Amino acid sequence: MAQAFTKAMARNIFYGGTGFFFLVLLALTFQTHQEWPELDNRQAINDVVTLGKQVWEDNNCVGCHSLLGEGAYFAPELGNVYLRFGESTDAIKGFIASRPAEGIPGRRSMPQFNLSEEELTAIAEFLKYVAGINTAGWPPNIKG
Amino acid sequence: MKYESQKVAKLYFIAAIGLFVGQILFGLIMGMQYVVGDFLFPEIPFNVARMVHTNLLIVWLLFGFMGASYYLVPEEAETELFAPWLAYLMFWIFLAAGAATVLAYLLVPYATLAEVTMNHLLPTMGREFLEQPTITKIGIVIVVLAFLFNIGMTILKGRKTVVSLVLLMGLTGLAVFFLFAFYNPTNLVMDKYYWWWVVHMWVEGVWELILGAILAFILIKTTGVDREVIEKWLYIIIAMTLITGIIGMGHHYYWIGTPEFWQWWGSIFSALEPIPFFMMTVYAFNMVNRRRRNHPNKVAVLWALGTAVMAFLGAGVWGFLHTLAPVNYYTHGTQITAAHGHMAFYGAYVMIVLGMISYSMPLMRGRELCNSARSQTIEMWSFWLMTVSMVFITLFLTAAGILQVYLQRFSDNPMDFMVVQDKIALFYWLREITGLIFLIGLIVYIASFFVGQDEPEATVEPLK
Ligand code: HEM
Ligand code: HEM
Ligand SMILES: [Fe+2]
Repeated sequence: MAQAFTKAMARNIFYGGTGFFFLVLLALTFQTHQEWPELDNRQAINDVVTLGKQVWEDNNCVGCHSLLGEGAYFAPELGNVYLRFGESTDAIKGFIASRPAEGIPGRRSMPQFNLSEEELTAIAEFLKYVAGINTAGWPPNIKG
Repeated sequence: MKYESQKVAKLYFIAAIGLFVGQILFGLIMGMQYVVGDFLFPEIPFNVARMVHTNLLIVWLLFGFMGASYYLVPEEAETELFAPWLAYLMFWIFLAAGAATVLAYLLVPYATLAEVTMNHLLPTMGREFLEQPTITKIGIVIVVLAFLFNIGMTILKGRKTVVSLVLLMGLTGLAVFFLFAFYNPTNLVMDKYYWWWVVHMWVEGVWELILGAILAFILIKTTGVDREVIEKWLYIIIAMTLITGIIGMGHHYYWIGTPEFWQWWGSIFSALEPIPFFMMTVYAFNMVNRRRRNHPNKVAVLWALGTAVMAFLGAGVWGFLHTLAPVNYYTHGTQITAAHGHMAFYGAYVMIVLGMISYSMPLMRGRELCNSARSQTIEMWSFWLMTVSMVFITLFLTAAGILQVYLQRFSDNPMDFMVVQDKIALFYWLREITGLIFLIGLIVYIASFFVGQDEPEATVEPLK
């Protein structure tokens, strides 16, 4: 690097640039919070959905599935599963409840979580809530 | 080695390597489950193996960063570590907490673990990479704070160099951004938004400061290039890292219920994120070419150059591949993501930790400058075995990912997820076989610590 470019200048770019862009991040974050009520389907959140998210987390569903494209890639995307299952929470509940405990020979299989009826309803309602989030048109098609 | 207390690093490095082995074993279990779906089912379900794989990765890298800091900071500060006893105490606490958590993952159902650790009081579990029980997370905070205190006090009482300052900033950032792990609202969009303040801010932000500082230290030691030159490069690289990487976080805000302006901000800034990685490669080679001495620890220099190249490939090239919003629309959450995640983590963080171990371990084991020629040759073999396998793992996952995107998301007759998985199984087999070679590389790496111990140190021709 040219001699005219000193270490002090490099240091100032580091501190100045970092500080500036962190402030930009805060501004964009503020703007994001402003726009969220229109996007994040918060009106659908209730006690059942809250319990559903807890069931989702307590069973580490994200360890196999992705949700809005984040998580693991071993099992199907679930952000739109409510739509894929014909907008039926019963279909979701039925699927989860009927997983064989010993798996399926030679194939990937979802564990049997032995959820209660209340938990099954909650997880299905949670997935219905997620399907209502405005994701800018993602995923490209119903397959997720 | 100039200061007795630098030796605490040895324990940290040994633990790091041990946990690394565990990480790879569980990676291989998962790789098998990708092709033989009922492998170890229901004893070790995929999600359990995945938690063990990724959490061991994070924990061993943290052990590595801590060990590197305990070695580097006293030498830079030209003083003994502030409190070696604290470093030993925290080591055992961290190891015990880490081992207990991993054992709990394996021995009890995750839901039971959530229940007995009272996750409902402060729910933080069940999110990718942040699966640890809340109590473990609190333990991590305590260990990291004690570590930061120790490192900070050492720097305060001694010489303050740019290298140790940048390292300290990186480590402080690591602690600060981890606190977002405790924020978990029911609103999934907000949960995801701030989840990235841990994950993205770590790997594309503050960890790069840690990487830069350790790399600078190794280059100063092995090339003898003037510190002023290296420090100027270090500042400019980390400046570019944060200038691009902070807003670059927008590349995770395209499709999760966040406003669409992020597609512009995220695409533009994250497209610039490869720049600092490219600069790091240029700089590492430049410094080695302009070296004022030939250092006999050739394998440490190999790791240093290797990390610069592989971080650029994994983070820079493979990151750029899927970072623009119109591309990410199709690749989001596919094997392309996994391909990038593997090479980036390996290139940037695995290799820098192994490089630091390579430089410092011989000195902590009583060598003057380096290991014997035979030990170094074996270690070089392990370097190439692991690095080349990681390149191929990445290539096979990329091939799987391209097919997956085409069959499931792009073609006129998109297929179901599981149907596609069957069709691309060949590439998962190839990944698994390559993973076995990676494991062999790791075994060779460990063997390099035990061979040639009674032989004299390697020597080099002095520079003309
Ligand atoms: C060498 C043998 C390895 C195998 C067979 C392997 C296999 C896997 C598998 C199957 C997954 C889960 C992907 C999914 O969610 O469906 C995974 C995730 C992951 N592995 Fe590995 N792995 C190996 C080595 C490594 C190494 C050396 C690293 C670090 C450098 C690493 C870092 C990761 C990370 C960061 C993830 C999470 C990726 C993401 O969320 O996109 N793995 N690995
Ligand atoms: C050493 C630095 C980096 C590491 C360790 C790293 C690692 C990772 C990992 C593990 C993921 C998967 C996260 C998840 O599980 O959801 C990821 C995602 C991603 N990374 Fe990186 N990364 C690095 C740098 C970069 C850079 C420099 C870029 C851009 C140029 C980039 C672009 C992306 C994108 C776009 C995604 C999201 C993929 C998706 O939509 O599924 N990364 N990264
Ligand atoms: Fe990122």
